[in-house]
Amino acid sequence: MIRDFEYFAPKTLEEALTLLDKYRDNRKIIAGGQSLLKLMRHGLVNPQYLIDIKGIFDLNYIKSEAKKGLRIGALTTHWAIEESPLVRNGFSILAEMERKLAFIQIRNWGTIGGNLCHADPAQDPAPVLMVLNATLRTVSLKGERTIAVEDFFPDYLQTALGPNELLAEIQVPTVPSHTGTAYTKFNIIENDLATVGVAVSITLSPGADECQDIRIALGASAPTPMRAKRAEAVLRGKKITDDLLTEAGEVASAEAEPLSDINASEEYRRQLVKVLVKRIGKEALTKAKQA
Amino acid sequence: MKKELRFTVNGEAYELYVKPKSLLMDVLRDQLGLTGAKRSCDTHTCGTCTVILNGLAVNSCSILALQANGGEVLTVEGLAEKTKLHPLQKAFLDYGSFQCGFCTPGMLMAAKALLDKNPKPSKEQIKEAIDANICRCTGYNSVIRAVTAVVNGEYEEAK
Repeated sequence: MIRDFEYFAPKTLEEALTLLDKYRDNRKIIAGGQSLLKLMRHGLVNPQYLIDIKGIFDLNYIKSEAKKGLRIGALTTHWAIEESPLVRNGFSILAEMERKLAFIQIRNWGTIGGNLCHADPAQDPAPVLMVLNATLRTVSLKGERTIAVEDFFPDYLQTALGPNELLAEIQVPTVPSHTGTAYTKFNIIENDLATVGVAVSITLSPGADECQDIRIALGASAPTPMRAKRAEAVLRGKKITDDLLTEAGEVASAEAEPLSDINASEEYRRQLVKVLVKRIGKEALTKAKQA
Repeated sequence: MKKELRFTVNGEAYELYVKPKSLLMDVLRDQLGLTGAKRSCDTHTCGTCTVILNGLAVNSCSILALQANGGEVLTVEGLAEKTKLHPLQKAFLDYGSFQCGFCTPGMLMAAKALLDKNPKPSKEQIKEAIDANICRCTGYNSVIRAVTAVVNGEYEEAK
């Protein structure tokens, strides 16, 4: 049963920030609520004040600029992102990820900002945004901050947001040339949460086929979404071969810190990381060669 | 303390007072008597509570009623025009797309939301549109056949 709470529905960002500043304790922010309401129903979260930001129109947009890249308002729904031509052209990995994020009813109402701020390690957006080198713009009455996605998750179900701070925008830089990106998640039921998710981005040096830059990010493989930096080091600066990809998978599997839960044991998740890093690394490499 | 909720349901404007913790499904079923949307899993897993909010299929069990403020809701009760069934409803009858009927309102609304967006979906797209709607008796083939029949224009005159 959901317990009673006091409800506010600010219509502007300023109104919302003022409310956040006023109600700092026993307070939750709700956007689409597709994760939060579940927790509230089970009595795991019982806020006294609920601030509903879903109606703030100013945080619902998708823009693309040559210099700044893609900018997505935090309250943009998953469905709007997957359907956006701006996302599909140039950031197709993001559109594909969103399409598999959950069932259509959830994607129609849930927001990318809400998903990130719920900070579930099994979420899809974080690993993909990490390999795309994305940053998050936050706002409070004091001003703005920019946080790299990989620095946004200090611990299980926690974010780097201050008590009076709101996630406003997701910023994705234009993908460099000669870059291939790929993402997959392993799960039993399609469009469900990831048992393990793996995203890889590979940038090749022009003409030389050497791995100039690489980013590997894992979902549901640690208490937070994480970058597999040791696995990246195996491939950076080298000409990528099957053997090196196998080694990168093994290293990623070792540096992951998976939890055991109802969906999979720790050992099973490590095995998945090993296999998927190689598989998705290979896919990203093929795409980079074609790019 | 109750809060004011103004919204449109099946074309009719309502002004209600609801508890902030009331879910859209609670208000539709308990305050408006529209029991088509079913309460089942309560955790947006089964799709039986699917309604259309502002043109999009959503789970009414996972949205606060107050979040629908100013919105337009369509439930299965709003599909037929008086005694004239919606083409999807006719097709579900003809193709035997239900046995117990519990999942049917959710299936119909998910299919309606799809056809509103995309009148000529592929079989794959039809499957995707209902993949969050769980049926435990008829199965899905007869539902897919019914939606396909509507897509193919078998029920043109019914529109």
